[in-house]
Amino acid sequence: MMTKSHAIAVLVNDQPGVLQRVSGLFGRRGFNIESITVGQSEEQGLSRMVIVTHGDDKTLEQIEKQLYKLIDVIKVVNLSSKPMVARELALIKVKSEPSERPEIMGLVETFRAAVVDIGTHSLMVQVVGDTEKIDAMIELLTPYGIRELSRTGVTAMIRGNA
Amino acid sequence: MNARIPEMRSTEELREKWMKPEVITGSDILLRSLVLEGVDCVFGYPGGAVLYIYDALYGFNDFHHLLTRHEQGAIHAADGYARASGKVGVCIATSGPGATNLVTGIATAYMDSVPLVVITGNVATTLIGTDAFQEADITGITMPITKHSYLVRDVKDLPRVIHEAFHIANTGRKGPVLIDIPKDVSAAKTLFNPVETLNLRGYNPTVQPNRLQLDKLQAAISEAERPVIIAGGGVIYSGGHEALFEFVNNTGIPITTTLLGLGAFPSGHELWMGMPGMHGTFTANHGIQEADLLINIGARFDDRVTGALGGFAPLAKIVHIDIDPAEIGKNVPADIPIVGDAKTVLELLNQNPVYTEKADAWRQTIQTRKQEKPLKYIDSDTELKPQWVIEHLNETTHGQAIVTTDVGQHQMWAAQYYKFNQPRSWITSGGLGTMGFGFPSAIGAQMAHPERLVISINGDGGMQMCSQELAICAINKIPVKIVVINNQVLGMVRQWQELIYENRYSHIDLAGSPDFVKLAEAYGVKGLRATNKEEAKKIWQEALETPGPVLVEFVVRKGENVYPMVTQGSTIDQMLMGDSE
Repeated sequence: MMTKSHAIAVLVNDQPGVLQRVSGLFGRRGFNIESITVGQSEEQGLSRMVIVTHGDDKTLEQIEKQLYKLIDVIKVVNLSSKPMVARELALIKVKSEPSERPEIMGLVETFRAAVVDIGTHSLMVQVVGDTEKIDAMIELLTPYGIRELSRTGVTAMIRGNA
Repeated sequence: MNARIPEMRSTEELREKWMKPEVITGSDILLRSLVLEGVDCVFGYPGGAVLYIYDALYGFNDFHHLLTRHEQGAIHAADGYARASGKVGVCIATSGPGATNLVTGIATAYMDSVPLVVITGNVATTLIGTDAFQEADITGITMPITKHSYLVRDVKDLPRVIHEAFHIANTGRKGPVLIDIPKDVSAAKTLFNPVETLNLRGYNPTVQPNRLQLDKLQAAISEAERPVIIAGGGVIYSGGHEALFEFVNNTGIPITTTLLGLGAFPSGHELWMGMPGMHGTFTANHGIQEADLLINIGARFDDRVTGALGGFAPLAKIVHIDIDPAEIGKNVPADIPIVGDAKTVLELLNQNPVYTEKADAWRQTIQTRKQEKPLKYIDSDTELKPQWVIEHLNETTHGQAIVTTDVGQHQMWAAQYYKFNQPRSWITSGGLGTMGFGFPSAIGAQMAHPERLVISINGDGGMQMCSQELAICAINKIPVKIVVINNQVLGMVRQWQELIYENRYSHIDLAGSPDFVKLAEAYGVKGLRATNKEEAKKIWQEALETPGPVLVEFVVRKGENVYPMVTQGSTIDQMLMGDSE
């Protein structure tokens, strides 16, 4: 069967240890985690996790079913099965002598990214977008020398009123 | 059973006594809540972090507390109690090493879906995370092997947590739930209001099956020419054995019961084919491999049942009935998936009986095979054969005892040669395969059924893993008949080393084991030994006639193997039939 990337939204009780329950489940069942983000949801007491994982349809079905077995899991939605918006934020610290600044800023502008800090020998770029866009931004900045890179992982939501 | 154990009062009386709101400690809340959940027996071991709980237990008479000699003994006893009674088993241990000694027992219960509430003490909330004396992160350690767990940080949460824990443990796919109570929480006082409502948004087991799938199943049954039922522990856990009996009689479908399903269906029935899998019968394994319709009810297609998955039941349309949706399609793809409670599903199916009219020839084939390919072994007049011993236990007790086993060859012989006719009479560690389980689980089973004969069958290896619990049999006069099938060797490992590792016998010799009769006597338990059939008959009769606990050692032939056997990686019809073929 074909393996591909899936984004899964998991609504969970905001309880101590819930992240450990979910990540532990992925670990011991041999499911992979490409990224995981957690934060408040629209309802007090509940958090939403968005997990990007890789696998075939059978694996995905097992992931959903095993997640539902956790008492603290309220709802599991496979976002990738529907039209969705997926976004990630990255902070990239790039080596930059004052002379290189205009060139880099040009790139940043093209990507609708932003320079959020300037040091004597570096710039910090903030870029928001889907994973491909961030990959592309990183690729373009690599020749200047990336000193530090930090990505949030994907958060996502289904489009429309659903 | 025993004058030392006080008579319990009725649940109604106890409820009346304990329901009234009152300001009490967390420890008192725990004990009252246990009573209100219907607990009548707890197995435990005290220690620093549970001192408040044990202080509350001082003079407390509304349930029994059995002091085991090791926490592992306590949890296996609670497990045996739960499997024999259908109620939730409860055990208590202290923090750190007390809690970690429970880990094997928790995993055992988790693998076999046994409802337990496991209570551990922990260091005070102010000390958690500081590597305090006897601190262990037991909720973290047991996360992969519990159905759910709680670390109670506020005494006010305790009544709710206990009520939820019992509900979660004994509904849906059952399993162990751990409640970790820090020492300051068990000491803190609050107003106790018994909790009787539940608010668990993330927990709604599917009991009622999808009607469309049931219709599909009925249609498949009416068309089937070679149908087979595999029934597992889920039938017993749901209380569905009577519905299963009716279903088999309605449909005329031959049935095999898995290791954990033994007792779900009477072994004397003409449609019963025995156990399937690695040490299953010829009839059951070949039945599955030739079936055109395979109906799995409450079993999980464990690798010991399926053998090589790629070649499992190659001709069959697969029907999988399970309360746990995650089991369906996990190992074997299901053509007709049915999520639901086994009893509920079977009762719905029984409302509309469909007989397998096209399966007459198949039933005839099954009958012929049962006669031509029964389980067999070569008996001896000079040596005791373990299979003969089990047959003798079966004959003398008419298949009516509760039998617990340890793990290994004796377990498989007991599964093959003891003929079960009722549910909750066979208690064995199937999924985890836990040595040391056999004896303490029998103590729990006997506590659940004081009036029944409980036989604990062990090997000489596993008997030494929890033999310290002879003390609680002796002191409480718990009349378990403890059988040791002694072949002086780790028999199942020896068998694999003989058959698969070319007779390279590595570290299996149990020389240096104690004299089991003297060991029993050292605890004040009667010990008897037999080395031939005549002695065996005599001492077994004596054991049955002795009112209290007795250890009965049968010294058997060392080199005996369990047959049939399907080696790993083979399909289940590629069977080694052994010396008797």
